[in-house]
Amino acid sequence: MEPAIEVRDLVVERGRRRVLHSLSCSIPRGSVTGLLGPSGSGKTTLMRAIVGVQVVKSGTVTVLGMLAGSAPLRGMIGYLTQAPSVYADLTVRENARYFASLYKDVTSADADAAVADVGLADAAGQLVGDLSGGQRARASLACALVARPTVLILDEPTVGQDPVLRDDLWRRFRAMAAQGTTVLVSSHVMDEASRCDRLLLIREGRLIADDAPDAILAGTGTADLEAAFLHLIRAEQVVS
Amino acid sequence: MNLRILGATTARILRQLRHDRRTVALLVVVPVLLLALIYYMFEDVPGIFDHIGLVMLGVFPFTIMFLITSIAMLRERTTGTLERLLTTPMGKLDLLFAYGLAFGVAAAVQASIASSVAYWLLGLDTRGGVGLVILIAIANAVLGVALGLLCSAFSRTEFQAVQFMPIVVVPQILLCGLFVPRGQMAGWLEAISNVLPMTYAVEALQEVGTRASATGTLWRDLAIIIGCVIVTLTLAAATLRRRTA
Ligand SMILES: Nc1ncnc2c1ncn2[C@@H]1O[C@H](COP(=O)(O)OP(=O)(O)OP(=O)(O)O)[C@@H](O)[C@H]1O
Ligand SMILES: [Mg+2]
Repeated sequence: MEPAIEVRDLVVERGRRRVLHSLSCSIPRGSVTGLLGPSGSGKTTLMRAIVGVQVVKSGTVTVLGMLAGSAPLRGMIGYLTQAPSVYADLTVRENARYFASLYKDVTSADADAAVADVGLADAAGQLVGDLSGGQRARASLACALVARPTVLILDEPTVGQDPVLRDDLWRRFRAMAAQGTTVLVSSHVMDEASRCDRLLLIREGRLIADDAPDAILAGTGTADLEAAFLHLIRAEQVVS
Repeated sequence: MNLRILGATTARILRQLRHDRRTVALLVVVPVLLLALIYYMFEDVPGIFDHIGLVMLGVFPFTIMFLITSIAMLRERTTGTLERLLTTPMGKLDLLFAYGLAFGVAAAVQASIASSVAYWLLGLDTRGGVGLVILIAIANAVLGVALGLLCSAFSRTEFQAVQFMPIVVVPQILLCGLFVPRGQMAGWLEAISNVLPMTYAVEALQEVGTRASATGTLWRDLAIIIGCVIVTLTLAAATLRRRTA
């Protein structure tokens, strides 16, 4: 089957610096793929290119066979920005319902369900500006889930959440993938990496690993992913 | 453009406004207070309030909407909601027209209240009807919205955004014929005044002040304002980029 996301020779420059160096990867449909890498390595930039809001220098990004950012695609993709992007002067429910209304056939009941899914049912009537940091991040996540998109791009969705909530959210991502949604999640937390079907590791804008978690462990001869990544990143540093 | 998205976005912007009590107060109360101030300033000079008060009914909505819109749009940019909206099915024109509509509605409320106070409490006297005054005030407010949307594209912070005020708004107030009749200006000043849209709003208001029924000049002036709104919104759409660096 054709992959959900296909990135080919992607070059991105931001502020005159080259941020992605001819990066290529493909992400299979109906899977959870983890995007990992040190801070500043280009994770957000790659995600922005996939949702079609990043100016790219060269290379192509196709999603579901269409050029990234094209109009029909925008009805099928959900994007969670790294910093919560919701309206602070609206309530959680109003935010979710507003984002729901931008999609065809998505109702306010779907919006309320998305709010409940992220554990904010009790805070639904509260202004987003009055929420805690973690709650605000979940309000933002609800707005990305609301349209039940085919492709879900989540930039650090579990930052600032407690272990119970994190576990709950990951179960949801897995359940969505089981139903055919393609989920791309960036993360800093290594124990989350093991819950992915596939991992992409980038360092300074270059892909240094693209494999299943088990295969990465086997390839590096390490016991856990944290050690595996340290190993891969240090090996890369020796080469360069 | 998509009517469902346009309607939902207009409603969302109005809802944000409603949650923001202080801005509502700014919209409704401040023009009334300033009108009262002008009234008492010229209390002993007959006929002046009929002139200046009338023009101010057009100037206030323009200025206030310009300011509010440029900040609101800038906030969409800096809080990331704009980036997110651009990944949804929303078109750029949906967003821009929604701002025009939402603040147009707010301007209608504002102009109705300010005009009511001006006519019935402060004794404003015009030959033409109050309905035309409100209509011109709304058109001028939407012009302020359009210019605010355009200017916000050129600022990165709220600090920069408010600096467009003296550049965009003040010259229009100075040259619109309020302080010096346009016919008495130096030729080059009148030429500048001719290309500033506020000039036509003020001219239209003065027509209402001196003529019992709507004149051809008034309708032409309104058409010019609406034309400027459309051109400005088109420019704003062109400067709004889906992809950014
Ligand atoms: N708006 C911008 N203008 C210029 N350069 C930028 C901009 N945003 C990011 N960069 C640069 O691009 C590079 C990659 O940034 P990016 O945000 O993609 O990293 P990241 O992997 O998401 O990091 P983090 O884990 O900290 O979120 C960094 O070196 C950063 O300095
Ligand atoms: Mg990032």
